[in-house]
Amino acid sequence: MNMVVLVKQTFDTEEKIELAHGAINEDHVKFIINPYDEYALEEALRLREKHGGRVTVAACGPSRAAETLRTALAMGADEAVLIEESGLGEDGHTIAAALAAAVKELAPDLVLAGLFAIDRGAGSIALQVAERLRLPHAAAALKIEIHRNVETPAAAASPADTELAQSPSPDFTAVVQRDTEWGLETVQLPLPALITAQQGLNEPRYPSLPGIMKAKRKALHHLTIAELDLTPDDLNPRTERLALLSPPPRAAGRKLAGTPEEQADALAGLLRSEAKLF
Amino acid sequence: MSNCSRTALVFAECADGKLRRVALEALGAARQLVQDGGAVHAVLVGGGTAASEAAAELAARGAGVVHVIDDPALAQFAPEAYAAAIGAAVAAVRPSMILLGHTAAGRELAPRVAAAVRGGHIADVTAVETTDGGDAVFTRPLYAGKAFERRRFLPGAPWVITVRPNNLPLADGVPPDRQGVIAALPFTAPPLSTTVLAIARKADAGGVDLAEADIIVAGGRGVRSAAGFAPLQALAQTLGGVLGASRGACDAGYCDYSLQIGQTGKTVTPKLYIACGISGAIQHLAGMSQSRVIVAINKDPEAPIFSIADYGIVGDLFEIVPLLTKRFQLLLSQPGD
Ligand SMILES: Cc1cc2nc3c(=O)[nH]c(=O)nc-3n(C[C@H](O)[C@H](O)[C@H](O)COP(=O)(O)OP(=O)(O)OC[C@H]3O[C@@H](n4cnc5c(N)ncnc54)[C@H](O)[C@@H]3O)c2cc1C
Repeated sequence: MNMVVLVKQTFDTEEKIELAHGAINEDHVKFIINPYDEYALEEALRLREKHGGRVTVAACGPSRAAETLRTALAMGADEAVLIEESGLGEDGHTIAAALAAAVKELAPDLVLAGLFAIDRGAGSIALQVAERLRLPHAAAALKIEIHRNVETPAAAASPADTELAQSPSPDFTAVVQRDTEWGLETVQLPLPALITAQQGLNEPRYPSLPGIMKAKRKALHHLTIAELDLTPDDLNPRTERLALLSPPPRAAGRKLAGTPEEQADALAGLLRSEAKLF
Repeated sequence: MSNCSRTALVFAECADGKLRRVALEALGAARQLVQDGGAVHAVLVGGGTAASEAAAELAARGAGVVHVIDDPALAQFAPEAYAAAIGAAVAAVRPSMILLGHTAAGRELAPRVAAAVRGGHIADVTAVETTDGGDAVFTRPLYAGKAFERRRFLPGAPWVITVRPNNLPLADGVPPDRQGVIAALPFTAPPLSTTVLAIARKADAGGVDLAEADIIVAGGRGVRSAAGFAPLQALAQTLGGVLGASRGACDAGYCDYSLQIGQTGKTVTPKLYIACGISGAIQHLAGMSQSRVIVAINKDPEAPIFSIADYGIVGDLFEIVPLLTKRFQLLLSQPGD
């Protein structure tokens, strides 16, 4: 089974965000794989252990994102692709177009990605990629099972409908348990498909020492946008940032003194009289 | 884009047959964005009798046309079918902007809709500003609220906007002579490749999404067990709120990851956030620090959560929380001043 995992390099969650000269200060910042993408990668590695195949990690970002791809290779991915983001701006439309073009060439059976990236938090790009490639998706997966089809199930769409038609007949079906607002939903969809990972899907492994050594010899391809099949319109950003702001400062309030009864009374009273809540 | 050409389409999301509040918040934003001379359409997906109530409410609050799309495939949320239904409304209305709630459903639909129309997507919007000249600027959080950005759309392509629940004002009612019309939109669902095999409904969800809740009572590792959430649940029930949690509590198995609040969980902005036995790690604060009023209950006076709490109680949550429940039961039975 041929898999592509979309990954993004993000700030470590411990980092404070400091603004300087209208930009986010990156000095001395520790970078990590977006935690949700790490769940997606771990799942791909486990699926490869079960079903065989290849795992390619793909990122779109600045050159420092190569470190993150090396980490992914050390965890066990077979190969990595870094699309240099210069010329793309930081807009979901252009980045999704570039990633979709790169993924299409890899003709995967399964695309995995994180539910959202913890920096921009939009959760838009992976599903834009799915739409561009006309892949069905299952979002917020907590469990993924892949079945090799004995016969083509009646429910499966004809692969000719998808942009990934070069991949063979739907050989695989995914059964995904996904986290929704209304409960745990189990869905079945034919591959090729795109699945996003929710926290709780698995416990990602740490790169092993041999893994780190091996990663040095694995292929990390750098692609520029000129090397991708993109139209001029794909490269036209749809949105732009006007300003970055710090959150409004929040002063510490007061601690309520007294016995537990007095504290509870005081709080209930203040929430009504001062905070005007009840 | 000049004002008069603006046409908005609002995805009027329902839950359990009822219009969600965020749908009316999105409708309010749509009316603000099209300004005078623009048109606002709403699309209701999935029919039945409840839809007619929802449609009437949308029409009464300024949706010029409410398109009702019904098909057996739309009885429950299915991203493929719902995206196709919105696609049908887009084809009929040709909107310059499409608005949805930044809810579980909206987050799945908006990117697909944006890519389908080759539009831009500004997600998780917490504030919308418009000028008389027609400029529109959107504020949204970065790093779950450790920073914010202001963005705008560039000309030439449709806008897709998802609005964070609980942040924008509801659409006002309009005078009876300006109420919208309700019309069925013909639609046949395409063949779907995804089938739903089973749904295990949440027992306690009660239809309220964490992101939409006005009051959240959140527990951390300090609650010590799954049973330790019981007093928090009682307080939440008394206040008409819902439960939330820190990652510490989720990792320890005291509750579901779906309750997790923080940078890698949900970002919430309720009117009242009560943190019980939560230390206040930076990742947790990111997800809740924009709440209007924050209360912290923690036995450690040095816990970082106190640095952002409006009201802090240093004490044992197992003692304080039941007392609060009792106190509020009494207080809520008396009228305020
Ligand atoms: C990549 C990454 C992502 C993360 N994302 C998130 C996230 O999204 N959300 C999140 O919350 N965390 C997140 N974390 C974890 C975060 O760093 C903290 O570990 C976590 O928030 C701690 O949870 P806690 O406050 O419940 O537990 P603790 O830090 O252990 O705090 C427990 C608190 O309970 C108090 N307490 C104990 N008993 C009582 C009692 N009887 N009465 C009153 N108080 C009591 C203690 O004084 C203490 O302050 C993330 C971490 C990483 C590395």
